[in-house]
Amino acid sequence: MTDATIRLSVRTPRPGCSVIELVGEVTGASESALSDAFDRASAPEVRAVVLDFGGLEYMNSSGIGLLVTLLVRANRNRQRMLAYGLSEHYRQIFELTRLDEAIAIHENEDAALAAAA
Amino acid sequence: MTTEPDKRDAAAWAQPIDRLQVTAAAPGARNINVSGRRQTSPIQGFGRMWQKTYRTPLRGIDVAPAHVIDVWKRHFPEFWPKGNSFFAPLAGIAPGEVAALDLSMPGGLKLSTGVLVLYADDESFTLMTPQGHMFAGWITFSAFSEGGLTSAQAQVLMRASDPMYELGMTFGGHGKEDKHWQHTLRSLAEHLGATGEVETTTVCVDRGRQWSRATNIWHNAGIRSGIYMSGAPIRLFARPFRRGG
Repeated sequence: MTDATIRLSVRTPRPGCSVIELVGEVTGASESALSDAFDRASAPEVRAVVLDFGGLEYMNSSGIGLLVTLLVRANRNRQRMLAYGLSEHYRQIFELTRLDEAIAIHENEDAALAAAA
Repeated sequence: MTTEPDKRDAAAWAQPIDRLQVTAAAPGARNINVSGRRQTSPIQGFGRMWQKTYRTPLRGIDVAPAHVIDVWKRHFPEFWPKGNSFFAPLAGIAPGEVAALDLSMPGGLKLSTGVLVLYADDESFTLMTPQGHMFAGWITFSAFSEGGLTSAQAQVLMRASDPMYELGMTFGGHGKEDKHWQHTLRSLAEHLGATGEVETTTVCVDRGRQWSRATNIWHNAGIRSGIYMSGAPIRLFARPFRRGG
């Protein structure tokens, strides 16, 4: 339950917008790493948090649950949450779990940043 | 769309669906409030969002997590408290399968609803609720080893589906749900020959209520089950006159 196999990096491509790059596996074991990354990404001046799933290798249902809790935190901070880099497989999972109704999915970073503006 | 589907989890997820369909109703299942309903995540619910974790360390036995999950999948309904029925799909607990449920409610009401098997692999499986269920969300059943000890766990991430359910959950519903899953875990442990108490952790993830979702009450399976039950005498009377009946 504690051997997280995810690498996360946070960057700010422009003021008010943060990108969290997820590389590896999103499972229940990713909880503290994801939470820390979200803390770094959601400074008070940030209005949109963008998740980059281009490096996602594996995700189970506990991982989807973690994304829901991140979304709640973003809503509490009045921040929008967006995503890009999802493979067709993971895009379908977002649709199946109806996460796509709350996290806008975009083709690439430029599209996500434009939507976040 | 950047990478190829990962083979490790591709088979574990249900295929995309728009609405639930019960393909073959199990004998005895009323099978109402399921077919044609959309699956609901916590995002589509009304009430406060809760994460409830029920965990039991399986002491006194040496068992692999995969074996625990195999047993749990095969005997899932047997571990439930009396008065509640889980009509397992013919294919068992497998991704994309839909199961009908009849749950005991106060006042003798049998609430009929269902679940979609959202995800299932060797060490976990997740059931997702449809519109009208008491809560919008999912329950993940898993087993894992830590320090040489295997534990079984049920974790619920949910919001009550509508204002009526939220009221019910606040006044006794949460306690009833806790007892349900604690009983389930104790039964599982007993079946495996283990001893161990159930640890319960409850976290309120979001205290806010989503008033825009109050209209979910239209699908309320409790109300619809009550209407269905009150119509039973009429259906009984009409049965001989039905075509093919």
